[in-house]
Amino acid sequence: MAQLIVFLPLFGFLFCFFFGKIFGFKASQIITTSFLFISAILSWFLFFSYLGEREMEVIYIFNWFTSGNFIVDWSIRLDSLTTTMFIVVCSVSACVHLYSIGYMSNDPSKERFMGYLSLFTFFMLMLVSSNNLLQMFFGWEGVGLASYLLIGFWYHKPSANNAAIKAFLVNRIGDFGYALGIGGIFYIFGSVEFSVIFDNAESFKDHSIQFIGLNFSTIDLLCFLLFIGAMGKSAQLGLHTWLPDAMEGPTPVSALIHAATMVTAGVFLVARMSPLFEYALFTNLFIIFIGASTAIFAASIALTQNDIKRVIAYSTCSQLGYMFFAAGLGAYNASIFHLMTHGFFKALLFLSAGSVIHAMHHEQDMRKMGGLFKKIPFTGAMMWIGSLAIIGFPYFSGYYSKESILENAYYSSSSMATFAYTVGILTALLTAFYSWRLLFMTFHGETRSDKKTFDHAHESPLVMTLPLILLAFGSIFAGLLFSNFYIGKMQYSFWGNSIILHESKHHYLPFIQTLIVKSSVAIGVMLAALIYFYKNHLSKNLANNLYPLYSISLNKWYVDELYHSIFIRPYFYLANLFWKKGDEKIIDGCGPNGISKLISISSYYLSRFQSGYLYHYAFVMLGGLVIILTWFIYY
Amino acid sequence: MTDIPILSLTIFLPLLGVIVILLIKDDENSINNIKKVALLTSVGVFLLSLFIWLQFDNSNPGYQFQEKFRWFNDFNFYYHIGIDGISLFMVILSTFLTPLCILASWESIKKRVKEYMIAFLTLETVMIGMFSSVDILLFYIFFEVVLIPMYLIIGIWGGDRRIYASFKFFLYTLLGSVLMLIAIIAIYRLTSSMSIEDLQGNYFAKNVQMYLWLAFFASFAVKIPMWPFHTWLPDAHVEAPTAGSVILAGVLLKMGGYGFIRFSLGMLPEASEYFSPLVMTLSIVAVVYTSLVALAQTDIKKLIAYSSVAHMGLVTIGIFIVNAQGLEGAMIQMISHGVVSGALFLCVGVIYDRMHTRDINFYGGLVNRMPIYATVFMIFMLGSVGLPGTSGFIGEFLVIVGAFKYSSIVVIGSATGIVLSAVYMLYLYKRIIFGEMSNKKLIEILDLNNREKIILIPLAIAVIFIGIFPNIFIEPMRLPLESIIFNYELANAK
Repeated sequence: MAQLIVFLPLFGFLFCFFFGKIFGFKASQIITTSFLFISAILSWFLFFSYLGEREMEVIYIFNWFTSGNFIVDWSIRLDSLTTTMFIVVCSVSACVHLYSIGYMSNDPSKERFMGYLSLFTFFMLMLVSSNNLLQMFFGWEGVGLASYLLIGFWYHKPSANNAAIKAFLVNRIGDFGYALGIGGIFYIFGSVEFSVIFDNAESFKDHSIQFIGLNFSTIDLLCFLLFIGAMGKSAQLGLHTWLPDAMEGPTPVSALIHAATMVTAGVFLVARMSPLFEYALFTNLFIIFIGASTAIFAASIALTQNDIKRVIAYSTCSQLGYMFFAAGLGAYNASIFHLMTHGFFKALLFLSAGSVIHAMHHEQDMRKMGGLFKKIPFTGAMMWIGSLAIIGFPYFSGYYSKESILENAYYSSSSMATFAYTVGILTALLTAFYSWRLLFMTFHGETRSDKKTFDHAHESPLVMTLPLILLAFGSIFAGLLFSNFYIGKMQYSFWGNSIILHESKHHYLPFIQTLIVKSSVAIGVMLAALIYFYKNHLSKNLANNLYPLYSISLNKWYVDELYHSIFIRPYFYLANLFWKKGDEKIIDGCGPNGISKLISISSYYLSRFQSGYLYHYAFVMLGGLVIILTWFIYY
Repeated sequence: MTDIPILSLTIFLPLLGVIVILLIKDDENSINNIKKVALLTSVGVFLLSLFIWLQFDNSNPGYQFQEKFRWFNDFNFYYHIGIDGISLFMVILSTFLTPLCILASWESIKKRVKEYMIAFLTLETVMIGMFSSVDILLFYIFFEVVLIPMYLIIGIWGGDRRIYASFKFFLYTLLGSVLMLIAIIAIYRLTSSMSIEDLQGNYFAKNVQMYLWLAFFASFAVKIPMWPFHTWLPDAHVEAPTAGSVILAGVLLKMGGYGFIRFSLGMLPEASEYFSPLVMTLSIVAVVYTSLVALAQTDIKKLIAYSSVAHMGLVTIGIFIVNAQGLEGAMIQMISHGVVSGALFLCVGVIYDRMHTRDINFYGGLVNRMPIYATVFMIFMLGSVGLPGTSGFIGEFLVIVGAFKYSSIVVIGSATGIVLSAVYMLYLYKRIIFGEMSNKKLIEILDLNNREKIILIPLAIAVIFIGIFPNIFIEPMRLPLESIIFNYELANAK
């Protein structure tokens, strides 16, 4: 069954790749979508079977390669962590496949698109079901490839191409760390199999290692390297710049890859390796710091963005920050639970945004929207559900997971946890603000679009609304249904050995703290309502009065500009310098060209001796005779 | 089975083809016959080499399919050939690429077709002969003779600056070879033996090893090529015809890596240990420096040539780490690079044949007219970048893993390739394939024809096949490499 779940998407891709053109796009759409739905249904079955106390299971496929004692197998590891990821990936992917049939209906290369989506799903499933770090790396880089292909799907757009390259390269910088981490783990543990690493993790607790001349705690270093990979994939502060640009891809892609699944791979990595991260004390602090900073940093940018997709992209970034600081605190279960609920509501938000964009004929600028609720009430309702879930409105899915993260931060004793908790509450406020800003700017108030577009705005077809309903269902009920298993009473039997669980008595926040959290969310919503609904000119005034702050947020803290001038420009400069000066001037100039010039010059002067004049020769002979005579006479 | 000299047959079958071609009249009508003979011969050789692979015994660490005849009565020179797990795939790489090269030259070579095919078949004989020599003198002869057809291929069928390039190529490699010849004479004087097989181990005093090592290094470092001896390569590639570049990148560069494993590690272990920091330094510089230089190129072939230097840097790192992962990684990287860079040069050839320029800025938006081309190019690009699931990954990753036992700086140096290779390859791909078709001259460009599909699709399959099933390639070389590692560690008392 697990093999079917993992490999059906691959078959879907292969079908599109080889026969897509022959059988037409209808066949591709039907095959990939139905395969994905089969995968999704099977993965729910599998998931339910793991709700009880079921042992971890490894399905061996075949040996990938063996070099010395470096042994890597293709295999599928099944436990509650994997099955959780299975349901998130397969359900969202199935919805996105179905949705794409409608969304991409005017695109000339539909079979290619469906194929890429299935390919992505396959890699993602390989990633989450891996039993060793290397197969995970295969999936890891594979999703990077699929993301590159899908961001650059509209290859005639230069911005899309640049975004695709940026995504791939930034991810590769992360993968650099990840690869080093894998190598280091093999060096220390002698294996890349999870079970071997986990069994021996404790014995290396106090081990230290020399690396580039410095002394590091082994596990800290290894986890740090792995976390660099996670930062790249999950767009954490510093390596986050690719994610907003990735919105150049078609919207279903953003929903699937850049919101619900691929970007959460970093969180998954940390949770999967939790028995190792457990002992990485310093790295955990770093993770908390990066996670919390990303959460508020991205939220601060989302406040002022005008592109509907970018707002949601930064909100993804910010929510990933939550997941990371939860993981850094050791609350892996809360982190994964938030990953799951976030998968549903973020996909819902994105697909709803797609539905808006579809209705507005590919207009993404929220300044040209407004009042759309009357035209597309269904989409509006879905967006409301998604937004309620993301701010953690009681009994929506986000409520359980976010609350649990904040609880964990509150009850952890370190000062870093206090920082994370404060930032978490502040970010909750900002989240509420930008979510409602998006709702108001898009769906409510007076319309700012031109009349023609507004009149033509229409509700999306059934293939697009049905996935929204499914996801909305998940966004509302996922918390209610599963919180018991993930973070509640059943957590020990549910998680088993798949992640490290800390002794938690499932505290609730004290009343005053709950009040702070709730009221900060309410303040966010009210502020948004005030600025964007009741006093329309207020937003402009605020922007003018707080111009420095506004422009920092609008220009994404100038990180792109900074990177451009400190990395990209010097890189190109160095490339040209090495080529023109290094290769052509120094190596060739002193090497072959220099020597050949030397030879030709010296032969030129030597050949001058052969002048042909008799008296030259006679003079040289005479000179020679004098020298020889002198020699004989004096020595 | 032992009665048929199958290895000699493989080596000299191309020469038989040469004789047949010589017998064909050299006029307009028979050009096709010449091409067909050349193609059939090379396909035959490929099938023979596959047969050798099938018969190959993975559990035997020594040479197989040996043949041995004495050359001179008074000297210990033998015609001694054989194949072990290290040379097996070098031979197969040669026989695999040659028919593809002949096909690739089918229409692009218009003048002196007969001589061209003769040169190519001779080249094939010499390459196979070199990789299967067990006698050092025989190896040296083949090693040197390789230069002649390659020199002619660049010098006669090359581009505008072909004379400069072919001289540069010839002089660089010759300079190294002269030193190697001196080393070989010294070895014979010291041991009266010319057998690679017998000399494996630590037979020379350490100070002698030093001199011998440096002499061999001069030759192999130029061949592979290592920084800073690499500048002949971009020039040679740019001027060589497509098929010449393919063989140059696909096989001739591997002579260096092969030599390092056989001679430097196998015969001079103590000196290898002594000089390995030097090799590491040069290799890391190569990886970083040439990756940067590659980015600045405007000529597609030059870019790929520089990327070759970077990839070969990983090979030398892997070799001189001297452990199972490093050496096997280096070998797989060589095989993979042979396939991938050969394929990339063929891809360049495809558009060069149509547009007669290799200027990157001339192209753009090819995907609009050439979707199949874009797809196969993508696969090779990913192979070059080292994406898991392609051949490039296995070699690169094994080298990184192996390097951990050497030094953390080498690890970081070799892993920078992960990022840097992606930079220039993706940037290249974007500029050629993606975007709008802005150049009016490209509007009529055609996608791959059947001949080109037959050339490129097997290569694309090979890239993915090696990436998913690398064990098939690692297993034959495991035992011979283990014995080299064993000797090395014994000699250096590790």
